[in-house]
Amino acid sequence: MNGLNWTDTDTWIVVVGFLAAAACGLPGCYLVLRRMSLMGDAISHAVLPGLAIAFLVTGSRASWPMFLGAAVVGVLTAVFTQWIEKIGRVEATASLGIVFTSLFALGLILLRMTADAVDLDPDCVLYGAIELTPLDTIALWGWDVPRAAVVNGSMLLVNAAFIVVFYKELKISSFDPQLATTVGVSASFMHYALMGLIAATVVAAFESVGSILVIAMIVVPGAVGHLLTDRLSIMLLISVVVAALSAALGHLGAIALPPLIPGGEFIDTSTAGMMAVAAGALLVLAVAAGPRYGVVSRWIGRLRLSLRVAEQDILAMLWRTEEWSGGAQTSLNRKHIMEALALGPWSSWAVLTGLARRALVRQDAAGFSLTRAGRDQARDLVRTHRLWETYLARYLHVPIDQLHLSAERLEHATDERLQKALSEKIGSPRLDPQGKQIPPARD
Amino acid sequence: MMTILAIADHGLQWPDAEQFLRVLLMRDYNTRVVVLGVSVLGLAAGVVGTFMLLRRQALLSDAVSHATLPGIGLAFMLMAAWGGDGRTLGGLLLGAALFGVLAIFCVIGLTRYTRLKDDTALAIVLSVLFGLGIAFLGLIQNMQEGNAAGLSQFIYGKAASMLAVEANTIFVSACVIALVCTLLFKEFTLVCFDQGFAATQGWPVGWLDLVLMVMVVGVTVVGLQAVGLILVVAMLIIPPAAARFWTDHLSRMALIAGGLGAVSGYLGATLSGLMTNLPTGPVIVLTATFMFGVSLLLGWRRGVIRRVAAHVRLVRRVGMQHLLRAMYELRESGDDPIRIGRLMMKRSWSIRRLKRLLKRAQRCGHVQAVSDQSVRLTEQGLAAAATVVRNHRLWEIYLITHADIAPSHVDRDADAIEHVLGAELVERLERTLAVEPSRAPPSPHPLAGAAS
Repeated sequence: MNGLNWTDTDTWIVVVGFLAAAACGLPGCYLVLRRMSLMGDAISHAVLPGLAIAFLVTGSRASWPMFLGAAVVGVLTAVFTQWIEKIGRVEATASLGIVFTSLFALGLILLRMTADAVDLDPDCVLYGAIELTPLDTIALWGWDVPRAAVVNGSMLLVNAAFIVVFYKELKISSFDPQLATTVGVSASFMHYALMGLIAATVVAAFESVGSILVIAMIVVPGAVGHLLTDRLSIMLLISVVVAALSAALGHLGAIALPPLIPGGEFIDTSTAGMMAVAAGALLVLAVAAGPRYGVVSRWIGRLRLSLRVAEQDILAMLWRTEEWSGGAQTSLNRKHIMEALALGPWSSWAVLTGLARRALVRQDAAGFSLTRAGRDQARDLVRTHRLWETYLARYLHVPIDQLHLSAERLEHATDERLQKALSEKIGSPRLDPQGKQIPPARD
Repeated sequence: MMTILAIADHGLQWPDAEQFLRVLLMRDYNTRVVVLGVSVLGLAAGVVGTFMLLRRQALLSDAVSHATLPGIGLAFMLMAAWGGDGRTLGGLLLGAALFGVLAIFCVIGLTRYTRLKDDTALAIVLSVLFGLGIAFLGLIQNMQEGNAAGLSQFIYGKAASMLAVEANTIFVSACVIALVCTLLFKEFTLVCFDQGFAATQGWPVGWLDLVLMVMVVGVTVVGLQAVGLILVVAMLIIPPAAARFWTDHLSRMALIAGGLGAVSGYLGATLSGLMTNLPTGPVIVLTATFMFGVSLLLGWRRGVIRRVAAHVRLVRRVGMQHLLRAMYELRESGDDPIRIGRLMMKRSWSIRRLKRLLKRAQRCGHVQAVSDQSVRLTEQGLAAAATVVRNHRLWEIYLITHADIAPSHVDRDADAIEHVLGAELVERLERTLAVEPSRAPPSPHPLAGAAS
């Protein structure tokens, strides 16, 4: 690869991509939360007849009639879907599917009827031509700015203003429409306002950048935000960041990746398509590495929990062995521990190494035995265990042969304060229901 | 740039009679194969779609169909890179099918392992994979071997200009899909309604699920050729949704959906065969949409007209029973004939509504007009009114004696339930309350508007 040839045009493409993506991503957050993510897909297909009719009526490809026609049909999509769902009692997603495919079919036939004179091309609508947007400029305060940047930028401003002004109303009607209605916010008004805004955004964006980018940017930034946070305001911010990143990475990918493919015949590819792919890659990253809901972090959390449980089980087992042998220091070898606690070789190694590193157990030729610090902790665990057994037997009447298992689960989740409260509640007995001694508390 | 297919041909052309007959009776071998293929495809889509609709996964096919695009693009590039012909149909369809299955796994994975809901998962998979497909098509534009012109047919379909061999592929695969659905009908039904039960009965639920998904992918991939990737979704959703208005039986619903699908396929293929410039896919879909609209209105299970009619009937019956009871109660307190002014005070009805009710009651022979301002129950009306009043009071007494509700509060509850007490329930009430059969007991509470 002989260096990347980045020009002003490329910068403008990224800027236009970002503005369109952010304009779609902001209201898209609410669609994700309202379980209406497919609305973007539906509207961007359904507006085809609106475009065709606007063209048939006005006979020109001027922007305003097209925009108006498409926006009207976009809102109608939401209205028809609601009707079919309510009147016909058809499930919501199915009625959405019925409406948008029918409108798309109608649009294709209308286009075919106008086809004599027009170059109104469904492919253009589908793929868009974001690569061409920097060529079509208008003067703004003495600058030559791409028209698409102005259109999508204003749409972004409108959306941001709408969200700021109606933040509370949108939030409450998205999460709890009934509550919204009882406190005097019209949930259905907010619904149709949002739908109208989405329709306008979708139309403005795909006229300049193509519908594929629109469909992706309606849902993916919001979904990434949803995976990373529980706060709506932060989710909105994340969606804007994702929009910016996918615009930049997507265009970079479109011009930098194809030359790397062996064969040498590839120069570049569709920027809009690559922006969607970049957004998808960011989503995969969020799914894998998200701090709270990510697959990896949840896996790590579970692993750490199971290791801690195994650690405590080993300490308690060593302490009980000492108790049986009358308080003399005893050692258990690793194989014995593995078998008794049903641990695998890897986890037993990890747990024992961890315990030894913190000087809770020591290893010698005979195996593992408790250190003084380890003995203190182990005694505490066994104390908790036996307190729970007493409590369960006395107050919950758990049969004596089931005490051990229940107490085993509870002991891992009991902290010092709970242990103290427990001990006070049952009157600090000396023996547990099975007649074993409850070790004294740490002082 | 990316403008691949320009529809800048010419407007619609009407066929002459000779052409009309030729296509309608399928005299051409080519037309015959195309029409048959698309009809059977409609049938298969209707049956498969029935299961998907009932599982509330109707739009899964949308994700599948969009996801086939990168499969087609990748297959084209690989076949071209290995020196073959990029447009070999089998290879392209194989690529499409593999990506369709991949899309289903992605949707299932996203909904199962993340907190994203199914609609979001669908939208993500659909848009990202479609974007990937567009990127592949962009790469193909760079290739020496030729442009992607042949590939865009998969987005819009091209039944009208289909080769016999392609139509044969559609026909055979659609037949196979329809056959598999028929053979596994019972199993699919079970998986559709009660997965847990199916599993306890020992059915391999996971495998059956997979087979059903493969059927969906099959219909979608085969349908790409005929109607294009966006409209094939409609063939899977609209006929089943229309069929749902006609029946509550799954087997009948599948039959009706298959029939509607076949009819739309037949009409779409013939019409577009007749008018050279009418695209097949949209005609198929709009035919199906039209039939959906008809079913929505007329369907005799859940159709709107039937439901509205049932509602109107109910409102009328309740109104009539209210009138009869009001008149009976007034008669008990000595008004005979009954002045309309007194009747007005019994309930919160408008004078117009009351007049209408009285007119209808006169037509039924329940009421006769004595003068301009007063009416009287006929013999027949008295009997009917006695039944209603008895139901009302039985329920009131039941509430007072068995539910410990104060006599002043039972009237309203009984008012709601008197219309729906069946003969068996009335009999049991009579036995429980030890009330004389077939006579209205006296009211357990003072009647509104009685004392004057």
